Amino acid sequence: MKLRRTMLYVPGGNAAMVKDAHIYRSDAIMFDLEDSIAVNEKESARLLVFHALRTLSYEGTETVVRINGLDSPYGRDDIKAMVNAGPDIIRLPKTETAQDIQDVEELIRKEEAAAGLEEGSIALMAAIESPLGILNAYQIATASSRLIGIAFGAEDYVTNMKTSRSRAGSEIFYARSALVTAARAAGIYALDTVFSDLNDEEGFVEEVRMAKQLGFDGKSIISPRQIRPVHDVFAPTEAEVEAALRVMRGIAEAKKRNTGVITVDGKMVDKPMVERAERVIEMAKASGQRIPEEELHV
Amino acid sequence: MKITQKGIAGTLESSDVLITVSPPTDPGIKIELESIVKKQFGNRIIAVVNEVLEGFGIKDVHVTLQDKGALDCTVRARLEAAVYRAAGISQIRWRR
Repeated sequence: MKLRRTMLYVPGGNAAMVKDAHIYRSDAIMFDLEDSIAVNEKESARLLVFHALRTLSYEGTETVVRINGLDSPYGRDDIKAMVNAGPDIIRLPKTETAQDIQDVEELIRKEEAAAGLEEGSIALMAAIESPLGILNAYQIATASSRLIGIAFGAEDYVTNMKTSRSRAGSEIFYARSALVTAARAAGIYALDTVFSDLNDEEGFVEEVRMAKQLGFDGKSIISPRQIRPVHDVFAPTEAEVEAALRVMRGIAEAKKRNTGVITVDGKMVDKPMVERAERVIEMAKASGQRIPEEELHV
Repeated sequence: MKITQKGIAGTLESSDVLITVSPPTDPGIKIELESIVKKQFGNRIIAVVNEVLEGFGIKDVHVTLQDKGALDCTVRARLEAAVYRAAGISQIRWRR
């Protein structure tokens, strides 16, 4: 299971951050060629990210590039450059329809062919940031086999909705739920929106807990300071791991005795319960928690 | 490629380099380097500059670098951006 709990935003024109962002150990770093780059610096940032990706090792941290939209004069050049640079994922901003994904997919496919790369070598991710995008979330999520996840961008969304962000997040509750539901239905990852007040740590942790509870896999983040709190929230607790292991032991025992229905902790074990237990164990392993070897073979 | 105007790229921030590429007053390649790591890496930075210029087929140019500890890939990226600007070229040929 691939962990995508944290995707750290890195301005693509900042040489120091482009060089060093991976040392903070977020699950992914996202080089931005879009909003953080001034119009007259677009090609310079593109060159910086291009050469960095071709030269540097990011030591297992997943590399993502947020390109400009295809409705701008920069999106097509970003795709040309980045297919040749070879990040793990290209992230498309402001996605509103399945056609947006198909257009990008086609451009990537053409560039892969021109560069002699195997088709599908670069994955795709989409950020949904508008009411129309939310209404089309499932069509977007299923528009391409190359699409590994969708991310929610709340800032543009609330502007379009003629409202503003509140700490409770009631104005984006529907959008979050719709997006994560679409991702789950499509079998891809879902990332929650950024939390921009770096001084409100308590509010940040509360929001991460809510995102996890809604079913998100992780969060787009704007500072290395936000990595640890997210990873802590997403790490299963000892009690959760122990409960998951009891389920797995129960199944192993039932298999041994050749019995059908089993109960663990007084509850009948059904398929969703097994899936949840497996996910908790996978998350625990991926988070670096030690699971005794014998427990992995129940 | 012909350098027809002044082209500047990069910043004076840490790990970056500010590069100015200009048409030369005399024929040939003239490189001026100011760097916080000149003693250790000056020759390496000059080698990268020469390699990039050679790749573009540029024989007459004046390049000045104010380096704040940029990696080779950053020098390469900033120099290429400055050269494209100095040659008035907006279409970059991306190569693997």
